[in-house]
Amino acid sequence: MLRVLESVSLKAYPGQVTTLLGANGAGKSTTLACAQGLLQPEGGTVELLGQNPFGDNPELRSRVGVMLQDGGLPPSMRPVPLLRHVASLYQKPIDIDALITRLDLESFGTRTIRRLSGGQKQRVALALALAGDPEVLFLDEPSAGLDPQSRQVVFDLIAELRDAGKAIILTTHLMDDAQRLSDYVYIIDKGCTVAQGTVAELTARAAEDQDTRPVSFSAPAGLRLPEPPAGLHLEETGVGQYRLDGVNSPEHLNWLTHWWLQEGILPTELNLQSRSLEDVFLEIAQKEGRA
Amino acid sequence: MSQTQARSNAVSPLRRILNQGKYESIQMLSNGEQLILAVVMPLIALFVLTLTDLVKDVADRSIDAAVPGVLALCVISTAFTGQGIGTGFDRRYGVLTMFSTTPLGKTGLIFGKVIAVLSVLLIQVVLICSVSLLFLDWHPNPWGIAPAILFLLLGAAAFTALGLLIAGTVRPEATLAITNLAWILLAGAGGVLYPLSMAPDWAQPTLNALPSAALGDAMRDALIHGQFSIAGLIFLILWSAVGSFAAIKLFKWS
Repeated sequence: MLRVLESVSLKAYPGQVTTLLGANGAGKSTTLACAQGLLQPEGGTVELLGQNPFGDNPELRSRVGVMLQDGGLPPSMRPVPLLRHVASLYQKPIDIDALITRLDLESFGTRTIRRLSGGQKQRVALALALAGDPEVLFLDEPSAGLDPQSRQVVFDLIAELRDAGKAIILTTHLMDDAQRLSDYVYIIDKGCTVAQGTVAELTARAAEDQDTRPVSFSAPAGLRLPEPPAGLHLEETGVGQYRLDGVNSPEHLNWLTHWWLQEGILPTELNLQSRSLEDVFLEIAQKEGRA
Repeated sequence: MSQTQARSNAVSPLRRILNQGKYESIQMLSNGEQLILAVVMPLIALFVLTLTDLVKDVADRSIDAAVPGVLALCVISTAFTGQGIGTGFDRRYGVLTMFSTTPLGKTGLIFGKVIAVLSVLLIQVVLICSVSLLFLDWHPNPWGIAPAILFLLLGAAAFTALGLLIAGTVRPEATLAITNLAWILLAGAGGVLYPLSMAPDWAQPTLNALPSAALGDAMRDALIHGQFSIAGLIFLILWSAVGSFAAIKLFKWS
């Protein structure tokens, strides 16, 4: 059997969004499946609400909501009857009508799940996970396939649930999502947790490691690039998109603006980036690759 | 544990299973192919057997010989073929995994399917018996009615277990092929619609042990002759036990 997870250790708390961040195939979904009790790991321990999550435990299941990556939706059903059926398994389900309105499920309610778009299926799967008004919510790639508008709705909903005291554990391979949603992030790579902390902690730690500020700017495409001073690297990363790496002193900026002055270049966009989670992630991935 | 019970947000196990049974029954009945399999094919079999002389040697009147076998065929259509195909595709689409994350759990899921099979079977039995009594002058042996009900339930148990075994171990396309092919073979030559007395003598003990023949023969013994088939009882219990054991051991949820 293929070993997907090597060494993963994580905790999630009520009132927090805990994110598992990693590339596709890093082991995020497998970690989540173990935490949910859907997959029994060969070793280690898993506790969910203080209980062993493996095996049939309806009481525990009634307090935990799970959104699977592929949804697990029956193709021949219509979304709303399916949601109402799942809600009927709980004593105190969430306000289903309000949830239907919130996620706009009525707009495609007459169609069978087979005929829904990926984003619409995602919304149905999220609604199913929320049906029982769970204390713990597992969301596997909740924003995959969503259009920007539904994405915002889903993000607002996740933030509200967090504020209502739910423990939310989600996976994503999108740095942007992780940065926007998470209280605490575990970076997973090749089945191991390689870094953990709040977004601020992770980005700050990376900034200590390497104190540079990448500068990116937009200007006419195909400029002839000058040779930068030692330690700097200038390249055209896309059509008319440029990036200067290695900037760590005002002199470096001076060199750049001097070049613009000489060539008569006025950039249409200019960014002095603080380090993003993406940089942290890429650095870790690079280190792992070298190791 | 008591603290957990107190904080549970699940409805009672019975309520969960009944809700799931209702959901699964509607799923089965709203599927066109399943309806053809569950209702149209048995009705065709009933009329063909009654209006031809295929089973004329089995009982004094063709209709009396036909109905027990058609009822047995209903069991195989619903519990084995229909339920097997449905479960196979539910497994493919991750529906089984999704439901196992709800308070329903795996046990509730299985019992929900059993309720759906029994509900659809009840509709089939009422339909076939009504048509036979009202339009085809069927005269069942009154002593055989209670045993027939018992054998229908035992047959449903055996074929549900066998259907789940196939659905839970091979790809859904293979389940579709196997259960449909088995339905045709069993209906045609499995001792369901008529006894296997035309088969060679040496093969008969083996063929009569098939769950289809055990069910068909037991139904005929009951509804034609008013007799209780001990052999049918033993074979069907054995098939149920072996099928359930294998399904529990080998079923893969995803």
